[in-house]
Amino acid sequence: MNIGLNEYLILSALLFAVGFLGVLVRKNTLVIYMCLELMLVASTIALVAFSRFNGTLDGNVFVFFILTVAAAEVAVGLAIIVALFRKRGTVQVEELNALKN
Amino acid sequence: MENVLFYLFAALTVGSALAVVFHKNTVNAAVCLLLSLLGVAGIFALLDALLLSALLILVYAGAVVALFLFIVMLINPKVEPKKPYKKISIVAGLIGAALLGLGVCSFVTRSQFSTAPAAELFHAGLKDYGAMLFTTYLLPVQVVGFLLLIAMLGVIVLSKKFEGQEDVK
Repeated sequence: MNIGLNEYLILSALLFAVGFLGVLVRKNTLVIYMCLELMLVASTIALVAFSRFNGTLDGNVFVFFILTVAAAEVAVGLAIIVALFRKRGTVQVEELNALKN
Repeated sequence: MENVLFYLFAALTVGSALAVVFHKNTVNAAVCLLLSLLGVAGIFALLDALLLSALLILVYAGAVVALFLFIVMLINPKVEPKKPYKKISIVAGLIGAALLGLGVCSFVTRSQFSTAPAAELFHAGLKDYGAMLFTTYLLPVQVVGFLLLIAMLGVIVLSKKFEGQEDVK
């Protein structure tokens, strides 16, 4: 059996679901952030697969932009996490409850 | 051959992603994230997107994971004080992720995408990328450049300590 578009899309969905599971389950902000990155990469697999099976380059160029935005996003997000740690001394989600009450 | 490679890379990607989710040690999770991204780079190479494959390794392995490891070593306590996840949250998370995955998978399997083999003529050389980036996608390139500038400024403002300013408690 040859590998078609469907296999790539199912792989993408699977990876996205695993990242989603991590975001829901974990309590460490850094690990949640890593799982967000996984979800972003999973969506790029679908874009590249569609682009390849459509025979055009547009999807690939879009992934190019996604990579750029992901790099910027990681820099800003990690800076926010470091600032949070400086102020609160923890990165565990359940201890960051300043908005409670 | 291609099938074997696909399943190899897919197993590497998903397996390492699961290790990211379930590993207690944050440093090991970051290394597993790197492995998973290598698998994705392999998948890209199978899809003839060699430039993207190289870029993924450069940007993610070279910058993102290195940054993650740096931050983890900077701020993470040695051992997580409690268990990394609660039992009830893992049940809820599994149900949610399974629903999401099944939904997308059913969308894929029930849809009418043509399963015809990929187009024979597919140019994905540097020249073609350059031609597209500087004609059709010129405006997005400018916008992304501006976004990078804003991100750089934002990071500088976020990590600078401002003297004489009251901290928000």
